[in-house]
Amino acid sequence: MSEIMFWEAIRRAHDEEMSRDPMVICMGEDIGVAGGTYKATNGLFDKFGPERVIDTPISENGYTGLGIGASYLGVRPIIEIMSVNFAWLAMDQMFNTAAKVHYMSGGQLKAPVVIRSPGGTAHQLGAQHSARMEKVFMGIAGLRVVTPSNPRQAYGLLKSAIRCDDPVFINEHELMYNMKGEVDDKEFFMPLVGSEVARSGKDITLFGYNISVHWCLQAADILAKQHGIDAEVVDLYALSPLDREGIAASVSKTHRALIAEEAEPAVGVGSEIMAIINETCFYELDAPPVRVSAVNVPIPYNHTLEKAAIPTAQDVVKAVLKMFGK
Amino acid sequence: MDSEVKKRLLHEMLFARRFEERCYEAYVERKIGGFLHLYSGEEACAFGVLEAARVNHDYVMTSYRDHIHAIKCGVDPKVVMAELYAKVTGCCKGLGGSMHIFGAEHRFMGGYALVGGPFPLAAGIAKAIKMKGGDEISICFLGDAANNQGTFHESLNMAKVWDLPVLYVCENNLYGIGTRIDRSTAVVDQYKRVSGYNIPSEQVDGQDVEVVYAAAQKAIEHVRSGKGPYFLELMTYRYRGHSMSDSNAYRPKDEERMWSKRDPIIMLRDRLIDAGEMSLEDYKQMDGDILDKIEDEIIKFAEESPEPPLEMLEKYTLVENDPWVNGGSV
Repeated sequence: MSEIMFWEAIRRAHDEEMSRDPMVICMGEDIGVAGGTYKATNGLFDKFGPERVIDTPISENGYTGLGIGASYLGVRPIIEIMSVNFAWLAMDQMFNTAAKVHYMSGGQLKAPVVIRSPGGTAHQLGAQHSARMEKVFMGIAGLRVVTPSNPRQAYGLLKSAIRCDDPVFINEHELMYNMKGEVDDKEFFMPLVGSEVARSGKDITLFGYNISVHWCLQAADILAKQHGIDAEVVDLYALSPLDREGIAASVSKTHRALIAEEAEPAVGVGSEIMAIINETCFYELDAPPVRVSAVNVPIPYNHTLEKAAIPTAQDVVKAVLKMFGK
Repeated sequence: MDSEVKKRLLHEMLFARRFEERCYEAYVERKIGGFLHLYSGEEACAFGVLEAARVNHDYVMTSYRDHIHAIKCGVDPKVVMAELYAKVTGCCKGLGGSMHIFGAEHRFMGGYALVGGPFPLAAGIAKAIKMKGGDEISICFLGDAANNQGTFHESLNMAKVWDLPVLYVCENNLYGIGTRIDRSTAVVDQYKRVSGYNIPSEQVDGQDVEVVYAAAQKAIEHVRSGKGPYFLELMTYRYRGHSMSDSNAYRPKDEERMWSKRDPIIMLRDRLIDAGEMSLEDYKQMDGDILDKIEDEIIKFAEESPEPPLEMLEKYTLVENDPWVNGGSV
């Protein structure tokens, strides 16, 4: 077991899979000679060369489509889109081609691409560099969506995603690349479905994914120490498909649910989980589920306003206390 | 091109014309649903280029006007028609439809319904070919109007930067849906537009299959020899509207008459007759045999085939039983 950074975990998964299989390539803006904006491909250009570590032009839809086309013939591209804000431009190829080609060809073709991209609000990057798009991707049939919350998941999910024959979108976070965490030195793979109980509890379930798992964990500590509330934290690392059984199992145990998400509330992860709770375990509830979401605004540049737009652990605590009438 | 090849091409192109016109009838009869884009009038483009290519070896893709390219690549016309009839015996089991014909075993990599969508996909196939070290090439047929998509520019740029073995064939039929090219496009000659990407290109008559064949031979030789991408513009005309929902009222009748005098099938037929290689009676016999085959074999097969079972509804959304979804077994 080693403590490594999130970017190192991603880099390790690339390195191992590219060493194993000559058909695994990576491509994206500045990922080669420059080593990647977040260092996730650092050193790979020197090791594997320009044919397999490809610095692309700034043509997101074009290079994503190129990766998809290559994947038809057994190439396994790991496509890095520098920011999910730019991934909007590649949605045509991701949604119209990668997500649909297996179906519309009657199972003849597969598009085993991995598309990694960081979303989220970082530090004063402004409206066009702060998007959270996971809710868009998870609404598309034919696409798997996962989102790691720590280096162990970042490594294990990418390892499986590269080998999986489905197109997989990996939603990362700009603020998390330097986060440290324990990762087994021995090779391992994570399932692309399911969820993890990050903290066991009995009074309420806090659902989080990616960065919001950490708000939930902090909130659970505060709730336990200061308010005597024993919260369970469920890490939804798979957003599509969502773990219906895992969601229902935890809510059936705690009878209360809160969903923390960094994105705007409408048509989001929170609303989807609420729907699943309604469909699977409504009569287990002791209180209506609550979501803690971003304010519905384009993200402002001003630091104070930016912080005000995005939830925190404290917002999760407040919402829980309100549910408990405290 | 020797006369036996010409006669075979005449047969193939006439078959394509009759196939498409029979689709028209089936659509009117509501046997075929959705959108239907017919290739009538443009036959020399697909047949000229693919005659010069190595079908079942080279990879081919195109837009939604895709039935004929698939057939020339080797996809059985019966399974193409069955697909149009939405039957489980169709090439995509009835899940694709007219705009999504696929024949992966013949390396026909699909029909795509987003204008310009295949540009980067074809470049990606070329990238895979290059990685694997084979002598296949990737051939992408698209219409003139696709060149106004961003994917055109993004893909040509990448294809040249990485010198990928891809041939882009522009079937310039002068209309993007119902808008004439000079009303939508600043540079009407499409072959000129690729000079900005340092890609060699040529514009030729797309109605004369021998001319197309000769130009395609040159283009394919360039691409297969490792010199990078090539762009071939074929001047052509479609007889039907953009799709079946299109009344075609936007085109001047004089223009239609002018192009009908340059019908690719009639031109080749008359050339063979003038050379004494066949008679008009031979041609009529050929035509009758084709019509019989379409009715007796192809339509019959499509009509009599079953629809896909309801259990198939979700089957191909994701790949079935992929072990890596559960973290594999290592």
